[in-house]
Amino acid sequence: MTSAVPSVQMLVITKRFPGVLANDHIDFSANAGEIHALLGENGAGKSTLMNILSGLYHPDQGDIHIHGRRVALRSPRDAISLGIGMVHQHFMLVEPHTVAENVTLGLDEPRFLLNSGQIEQKIAALSEKYGLKVDPEARIWQLSVGEQQRVEIIKMLYRNADILILDEPTAVLTPQEARELFATLKRMAAEGHTIIFITHKLDEVMAISDRITVLRKGRVVSTVFTSATSKQELARMMVGREVFFQVTKSPWRGGQAVLRVEAARALSDKGLPALKGVSFAVHEGEILGVAGVAGNGQRELAEAITGLRPLTSGEVYLCDRRITNQNPRQILDQKVSHIPEDRLGMGLIPNLSLSDNLILKGYFAPPLGRGPFLDQKAIDAHCRELISRFEVMAPGPDSSVKLLSGGNLQRLLLAREISCCPRLMVAVHPTRGLDVGATEAVHKMLLEQREEGAAILLISEDLDELLSLSDRVAVLYEGEIMGIVPAQGAQVEEIGLMMAGTKRARPAEVAA
Amino acid sequence: MKLTLRLERRLTPSRALGFLIPVFSIVLALCFGAVLLAAVGKNPGVVYQKMFSGAFGSRFGLTETVVKAIPLMLSGLGVAVAFRMLLWNIGAEGQLQIGAFAAAGVALAFPQAPAVVIIPAMMLAGFLGGALWASIPAALKAKLQVNEIITSLMLNYVAIYWVEYLVYGPWRNPKGYGFPGTAPFSPAAELPRLGTSRVHLGLLFGLVAALCLYFILRRTKWGYEIRVIGENPTAARYAGISLTRNILMVMALSGGLAGLAGMSEVSGIIHALQRGISPGYGYTAIIVAWLAKLNPWAIVVVSFLFAGLLVGGDQLQISMGLPAAMSNILQGAVLFFILGGEILVRNRISLTWEK
Repeated sequence: MTSAVPSVQMLVITKRFPGVLANDHIDFSANAGEIHALLGENGAGKSTLMNILSGLYHPDQGDIHIHGRRVALRSPRDAISLGIGMVHQHFMLVEPHTVAENVTLGLDEPRFLLNSGQIEQKIAALSEKYGLKVDPEARIWQLSVGEQQRVEIIKMLYRNADILILDEPTAVLTPQEARELFATLKRMAAEGHTIIFITHKLDEVMAISDRITVLRKGRVVSTVFTSATSKQELARMMVGREVFFQVTKSPWRGGQAVLRVEAARALSDKGLPALKGVSFAVHEGEILGVAGVAGNGQRELAEAITGLRPLTSGEVYLCDRRITNQNPRQILDQKVSHIPEDRLGMGLIPNLSLSDNLILKGYFAPPLGRGPFLDQKAIDAHCRELISRFEVMAPGPDSSVKLLSGGNLQRLLLAREISCCPRLMVAVHPTRGLDVGATEAVHKMLLEQREEGAAILLISEDLDELLSLSDRVAVLYEGEIMGIVPAQGAQVEEIGLMMAGTKRARPAEVAA
Repeated sequence: MKLTLRLERRLTPSRALGFLIPVFSIVLALCFGAVLLAAVGKNPGVVYQKMFSGAFGSRFGLTETVVKAIPLMLSGLGVAVAFRMLLWNIGAEGQLQIGAFAAAGVALAFPQAPAVVIIPAMMLAGFLGGALWASIPAALKAKLQVNEIITSLMLNYVAIYWVEYLVYGPWRNPKGYGFPGTAPFSPAAELPRLGTSRVHLGLLFGLVAALCLYFILRRTKWGYEIRVIGENPTAARYAGISLTRNILMVMALSGGLAGLAGMSEVSGIIHALQRGISPGYGYTAIIVAWLAKLNPWAIVVVSFLFAGLLVGGDQLQISMGLPAAMSNILQGAVLFFILGGEILVRNRISLTWEK
């Protein structure tokens, strides 16, 4: 399986960004025919290292050898000519164009006339060979996210890439789609391709990789054979301490419905139906998880409940009071808190201070606001209290929010959203992009709110998170709820099918 | 080996450089102007020396600089408060004209009224006139998402021609020998002046406006909303802050301050409404606000410096026979170089040899 010379060899790579040492003397090598996982928390330097390999960044120091030859990578074009292709987390596709047009985009041949027949044949051959089912004549916007990912992979194969880098490829896939992707990757490895797989999900690493390189804080912790390690050991290497995967929570005590959504319909930003008659309820002291592949109406659901998006029909009730299409201020005044998906884009104001951010939901009423004025003293006291209670690591309440790390940003956001003693919390991807330690902290805060009796609507793409935190899990697919199942004893397989659009056999549960 | 130049973002912009780079940029702008002056056969050293002494070197020059700083300051503050909220009000010039028109209307309608009544009434009329004029682009923006840059700019021409129509037509002074202007105001409608100079009470309006603006932005709920919207409109919506209401209110304040500038010009300097009451103060105010980085106190300072440039520029025309455009070129160059220098405040240059 391994040839004498590694296909990729990166030696003492160092890359510094202003204020951070992203890669600190990293040695990395991968062989032909191998699936090599690059594992690490966010900010460990995985993406930086692979962006160097794909020619996007230039290392400050260090050498790269491809198939034993020392190379200089000045641009992604250099990298692709050496057979290195990267599939990014955010796809680089032109939506109105066809698959074939996207695959040939940027290539020098054909010079003038597109011989689409020939191109489509080649694409068909590639997709046949590696099990990458996709219609070359389809337009990108018609494709599912999983299919778009296949187009990205075909794009690289079409350019004869034999070293393929995938940056967190499963984040946008259902469990079934992920399994299909893994089969494809295994087939490619068997053909002699080198597959480098960036991830922070331990289960995936154990399932698919041959070898694993673990990064922490810009350095290599170790490179190990998958067969000779365990999830526990990998987690310890990744985080630098022991990690407990089980969260403990008391059983649901029962309680009244806090949020009731009835036959809600809403449009997406593009004006297309995004919610098509969604009904469910969340009760006191209950976490209702919402599973689903990204873009199936999760964002619209959260926005419709919090008053940011009008419902075209249907009703929303908070403790039996109708709040349908009230404005965001009226809704938040009734103790509804919202942890939005886009932390820096919506939830926080990066250029303002910590205290300006902490008063965002309360500045207009006493004690923070008095008459037309802000009560500076009360604000100072309030902010200092929150910063210490929620252990936000920051120089002080006047420092700018944009200097905080991801975990601290989320602590700050949660501090504000929890400080209003919410009856209902709408949390959208609350741990996305956070490292293991920060994720644990967020989970703990959500469970504490559950203990306090808050109703929590938890929207997440991470099935493990949903199953361990939620009391029940609802699955959204194309704006409809496919089914609601109790989290305890739920079958990942069944949820996966619902995520892919199969309705649950017993729809009676939906009304629960 | 190849020498490559790269810009790297500074994590925390340096305070010292934040001051030094603009100063250096002004020097560069003057060097640029010097090349042009030399090209038209003038000695740049002499020209700059005359400009400086013209603006700051005599009692007359100095008071003229203060006189010109007043409208710049008021409309600069107005423009800045809108810019804070990412509302690109380019219409200060028109709002100033309408403010002047409204104040003049009050003064001409009540020639018998005593100063304690007529001055506050003119201030109110000037402010409201500017505010209402600015409300047109504000309402179009808030209700129909019409781009306020275009509408506020276009309304400048409407306002200027409206004033011209009045002073050539229905409001023309019958005893004015055909001069395009209204009859002079009653002495009660004139703003008090400082001693024998032309410096008038408008200076106080400007300073008080700066103080109020600073206080509003720092200490009030409204100012907080303006800051939040300016930095992140999505977060503002998420927190239930009404964009519509704030667009209307901020534009009204912005236009009102420009209107007050118009009032102080007709009441403090001209004592009538006439053609060409403003040589483009409303436009220069945009440069002033931007150079001052929208900080109210910095606007006060920058207004004086820019007024000096205007007065010095006039001096060039009178004593050296240089075209008026020369002073405009210098203004433009100063803005251009300072904005260019901004890059260096935020980034640092790294030069590296690459193999």
